[in-house]
Amino acid sequence: MSDTENRRPETGAFFQRDRDWHPPAFAPGYKTSVLRSPRKALLSLDNTISEITGPVFGHSILGELDNDLIHNFAKPGESAIGERIIVHGRVLDERGRPVAGALLEFWQANAGGRYRHKKESYLAALDPNFGGCGRTITDENGSYVFRTIRPGAYPWPNGVNDWRPAHIHFSVFGHGFAQRLITQMYFEGDPMIWKCPIVGTIADARAIEQLIAPLDWANTIPMDARAYKFDIVLRGRRSTFFENRPEGN
Amino acid sequence: MVQNLGYLKETPSQTAGPYVHIGLTPNFGGISGVYERDLGSSMVNEKTLGERITVTGRVIDGAGAPLRDALIEIWQADAAGLYNSPSEMRGAADPNFTGWGRCPTSAEDGTFVFETVKPGRIPFKDGRLMAPHITFWIVARGINIGLQTRLYFPDEAAANAEDPLLQRIEHRHRAETLVAGGRAPNYHFDIHLQGEKETVFLDI
Repeated sequence: MSDTENRRPETGAFFQRDRDWHPPAFAPGYKTSVLRSPRKALLSLDNTISEITGPVFGHSILGELDNDLIHNFAKPGESAIGERIIVHGRVLDERGRPVAGALLEFWQANAGGRYRHKKESYLAALDPNFGGCGRTITDENGSYVFRTIRPGAYPWPNGVNDWRPAHIHFSVFGHGFAQRLITQMYFEGDPMIWKCPIVGTIADARAIEQLIAPLDWANTIPMDARAYKFDIVLRGRRSTFFENRPEGN
Repeated sequence: MVQNLGYLKETPSQTAGPYVHIGLTPNFGGISGVYERDLGSSMVNEKTLGERITVTGRVIDGAGAPLRDALIEIWQADAAGLYNSPSEMRGAADPNFTGWGRCPTSAEDGTFVFETVKPGRIPFKDGRLMAPHITFWIVARGINIGLQTRLYFPDEAAANAEDPLLQRIEHRHRAETLVAGGRAPNYHFDIHLQGEKETVFLDI
């Protein structure tokens, strides 16, 4: 058994979320948020058992190609069109500890910037060999990896001429439901990141930079695929030593 | 200068966007053959213990329109008040109940439906019992960070009256936004993002 499996599950409450680091609900530059943003103050409360606990997912849910978007929708012997990349990184908590067993789900547009979705009307072509979804579970070190093609940028109806920079959506489960997070990964060097109204919902440039994956030349596979490294940080939890519970630490 | 605490910053949230179905419920979204079934589409099986209930509802925007592109996740205890989670230290939860469900709102009328069981009561930190409740987490295009709230039950008036979270709501009429309508076994829970009926959302 690994060290992680031997470790007693942690049951402390999660650190308070720094809501100034996250985008606010109401961000008028992103027009859809105007009617979909709560306007009253949130009710702030320390975690209860309902937030400290959360679902976990075993590797048994995963199919062999779930972390290979180049092939998981492709016809046998074929593959998705586009620049082949590997995205990898670690899921950590705010204390810097690896989050093992975290389910990551990701989705993205194809190389031309087109999503496979009935509500999508962008004129770029669908790729018959690209579905756009994948998932994986972090190992005992919190590490994950998947293969995909680099998504294209695409226009969207917000301003007259707004475009989304190339991005991959991530959904992340930690060990407690209060860690639940959805975010987007951007690519190093893309000038469109700084023009995007959705990126711009985040006020602090350092927080935006936390969403930009650098090119990882060391892990690039010669003659195959470039690598990008994207680490994800979930809320940290207090040691139960600080919890004032009868059972102690 | 003092020592650096060395904590990392949480990765900032970004909206789930209009195409969240591709990633989280691809079969619902029309992408078949990648995953056998959509995760979270079933919480119970024929052996699950407890009172079967159905929770339906909508997420309503500031103009009164239901969101037809939202995605809801719920997390709850089993009928005995135990969570199916490694962090649950009080005992073993019903192995036939996941406690977690995921449902996209309908593209036609914006409704969501969960088939589940009524949760048992769970202790608050100080040992008082909380009223039976279901945690809701809502994401959608236009929602920049997932919204968390709770459903409480209309037929639990006594338990609701002593619930530590409901008691913390300063304006008493707003506590009613967390209490579902309907009656056993069919409950209805509309979530209002704005306006006079704005649901109480949690920073928890």
